[in-house]
Amino acid sequence: MTAAPPAAGAAAPTHPTFLGRRISPLTGRRLASFRANRRGFWSLWIFLALFLVSLFAEFVANDRPFLVKYDGGYYWPVFVDYPEETFGGFLPHTDYRDPNIAEEIRAKGWMIWPLIPYSYDTINFDLTVPAPAPPSAGNWLGTDDQGRDVVARLIYGFRISVLFGLTLTLASSVIGIAAGAVQGYFGGLVDLLFQRFIEIWSGLPVLYLLIILASVVEPNFWWLLSLMLLFSWMALVGVVRAEFLRARNFDYVRAARALGVGDTVIMIRHVLPNAMVATLTFMPFILNGSITTLTSLDFLGFGLPPGSASLGELLSQGKANLQAPWLGLTAFATLALMLSLLIFVGEAVRDAFDPRKTVR
Amino acid sequence: MALLEVRDLTVTFGDGPRAVEAVRGVSFDLERGETLAIVGESGSGKSVTALSILQLLPYPHARHGAATRIRFDGTELVGAPPEILRQVRGGRIGMVFQEPMTSLNPLHTVARQIGETLLLHKGLTGEPARARTLELLSMVGLANAADRLDAYPHQLSGGQRQRVMIAMALATEPDILIADEPTTAVDVTIQAQLLKLLKELQARFGMAMLLITHDLGIVRNMASRVLVMTQGEVVEEGPTADIFSSPQHPYTRRLLAAEPKGQPLVPPADAAEIMRGDDIKVWFPIRRGVLRRTVGHIKAVDGVSVSVREGHTVGVVGESGSGKTTLGLALLRLQRSEGRIAFLGQPIDQLGWRALRPLRRQMQVVFQDPYGSLSPRLSVMDIVAEGIGVHRLARDSAEKRAMVEAALAEVGLDPATADRYPHEFSGGQRQRIAIARALVLKPRFVVLDEPTSALDMSVQAQIVDLLRDLQSRHRLAYLFISHDLKVVRALADTVIVMRDGKVVEAGPSDEIFDRPRMDYTKALMAAALRLEAVETGAVRT
Repeated sequence: MTAAPPAAGAAAPTHPTFLGRRISPLTGRRLASFRANRRGFWSLWIFLALFLVSLFAEFVANDRPFLVKYDGGYYWPVFVDYPEETFGGFLPHTDYRDPNIAEEIRAKGWMIWPLIPYSYDTINFDLTVPAPAPPSAGNWLGTDDQGRDVVARLIYGFRISVLFGLTLTLASSVIGIAAGAVQGYFGGLVDLLFQRFIEIWSGLPVLYLLIILASVVEPNFWWLLSLMLLFSWMALVGVVRAEFLRARNFDYVRAARALGVGDTVIMIRHVLPNAMVATLTFMPFILNGSITTLTSLDFLGFGLPPGSASLGELLSQGKANLQAPWLGLTAFATLALMLSLLIFVGEAVRDAFDPRKTVR
Repeated sequence: MALLEVRDLTVTFGDGPRAVEAVRGVSFDLERGETLAIVGESGSGKSVTALSILQLLPYPHARHGAATRIRFDGTELVGAPPEILRQVRGGRIGMVFQEPMTSLNPLHTVARQIGETLLLHKGLTGEPARARTLELLSMVGLANAADRLDAYPHQLSGGQRQRVMIAMALATEPDILIADEPTTAVDVTIQAQLLKLLKELQARFGMAMLLITHDLGIVRNMASRVLVMTQGEVVEEGPTADIFSSPQHPYTRRLLAAEPKGQPLVPPADAAEIMRGDDIKVWFPIRRGVLRRTVGHIKAVDGVSVSVREGHTVGVVGESGSGKTTLGLALLRLQRSEGRIAFLGQPIDQLGWRALRPLRRQMQVVFQDPYGSLSPRLSVMDIVAEGIGVHRLARDSAEKRAMVEAALAEVGLDPATADRYPHEFSGGQRQRIAIARALVLKPRFVVLDEPTSALDMSVQAQIVDLLRDLQSRHRLAYLFISHDLKVVRALADTVIVMRDGKVVEAGPSDEIFDRPRMDYTKALMAAALRLEAVETGAVRT
């Protein structure tokens, strides 16, 4: 392949690229500014690494082995649920932690366990002390009051917290941006009615609604998400509306109208990028808020169904078992780490989008 | 010893590889009672020079060179302790800024703003301060000064605010008045009045004046000596008369030659009528009370008729707030209006947005601010091609690209720059991009809304030449809106003078410029072309 010479000679600008795609110089400057904030930059990587690990929680902490070689055949218990008769038993599901089964497999082959041989709901029946058991070689951070491994619950709890937070943030941003855009762009009566509606809507007591819900249905992930979504979409409406109100009178918007461009295209192509600055700056903080909300609901007992891994539930166990400080401390440290990382990322994003901040 | 000595002034912003040297080795003297003008285009470092004298730059982000000396009446100002600087600032050196909207605190009354200066530097409070404030306000010619003492800035016009700023600067009878583009933000008639006022006050107090401006007309009128700056350096210095009669440096020569020149085209008088507006009215209702009853109207445009023929240019002139822009937007149906509008003989004032869309291709607009009219997030290619996409003028992306490149070449830009972003271009180049965006659709009628006002003088002339060239090639019909009469004279064959939404005078441009009939037009011409303030009561203060 021959190298194409730059067309405009020495004056040809070097366009910044990101992941191999050409981006606008403005975005390039923002990326540079984001990278220049070392704390935020590293926080993002650490957070992404933790999130990635927790996404593959089934491979890190599970009560089934990865791979079993038994009697000349290979088995993948993480993916496939084998009946016990495969390994010479009689139950419909195999419990690989059952000493009899383990012995049988070891006799005719081998198995590879994940790093932590417990899932979030695996009860460790081999405890020598009453639950909650203190940290030991078998349970690195001890067990909770039902004998479940804390590390395993932590990994699954982290995952569900972040996933809940991300989904809620994304969904409420989409709704909030759309609502704010319509209000700001069209203004007038649309704006007036919507604003009054939001004022009334935001006055509804969210917590009571959740408690009432908890007594009617058994709240699961999606129930909680939709109920929270009903109220969290209003966070972004204000900023997006203000940006649209401001930008709809910009010359380039008027120029687009003079070209005959339709309202939808103007909103998406010309005005939305302005509003995205404020939105992206807010997002990490909304994410943090969503995670905290889920945690506090779990703590109060109105959150995810009993038995599911959750940081809030771990916190409330810590409160109920003050003689077992590893429960409370673990939950506290995890929450503090996760929320701090996200706040640092948020600060870096805010700096990156701040036009007055110069890169030093 | 001169009153103010500036030696080897160097200003650097930032440090490391991103450092920008805004001013390099500038030296000058300012004697008592003289007026020194610093001229240069935007970015030449003239304002930074003025701000360094009062040490008002954002230190330590900004730094001076080791050899920089600024001596005022024997006192070194660079690195001077804050107490000394506070005495000098607003005490012995007064400053008037460009923007009267933002340089007065909107929450303080006029009396309080000026009273603050009096308190800080003269220790005056209460009744004596009020009396002195009144005296100052009458001195700067603020009408009904006694009633205006308790007025807030928003209750004053731009010219009145600038008078208050001058009164503030003069409150302590300073030795030097630094005026940083004092008239750029006001209308020409007000500009003439303010310049006259500054001249009178200077003579009365024997002040030295440092005048920062980009307008050579003002320099010629006001200054005894001139400093020409470009790119942070002084390229020429000397008495005003010498600089204007025999400029030495090529940059000065270019600056002097940069006034918009040339004659409007002479198209056939019976050319086809492209755009016609009859009795156009744009009234904004004023609503009061709980029921939002309409109690009156702001008549932005009040019964204006206009007709633009193929290849002709109609110039619309007037002060800010006279309704020029609103008229242009109304003709394009971008602003709700009453009255008949016909485009190519077809009435369009009742058409809906959809029905108008095919016609949008043939009527285009170019806005004043080339920084605001191009979306910063789109490449030049995307900006110019937007209209092509809307009107489906291209079959494929290759054809689209060819059209964009042709349009860029036509406005004098390198087609290879199509993939760059607006911020990589200068103001004049951006305005060319905006023109290319309109031109790529092959319009018949173009509204040019102050297309040269935000540009430097030398670039203005180029844009005017470009517009005239495009007009002759494509027989475009222009509605040229401007407050700058020199530019209008160079382009328009018919002129409409507007004031308060009404037409004051209209006719062929020769007649309007050379033999204006109405008092207001006469005052406008005198102020704009000769910087003279005419006191016939035809203009506001």
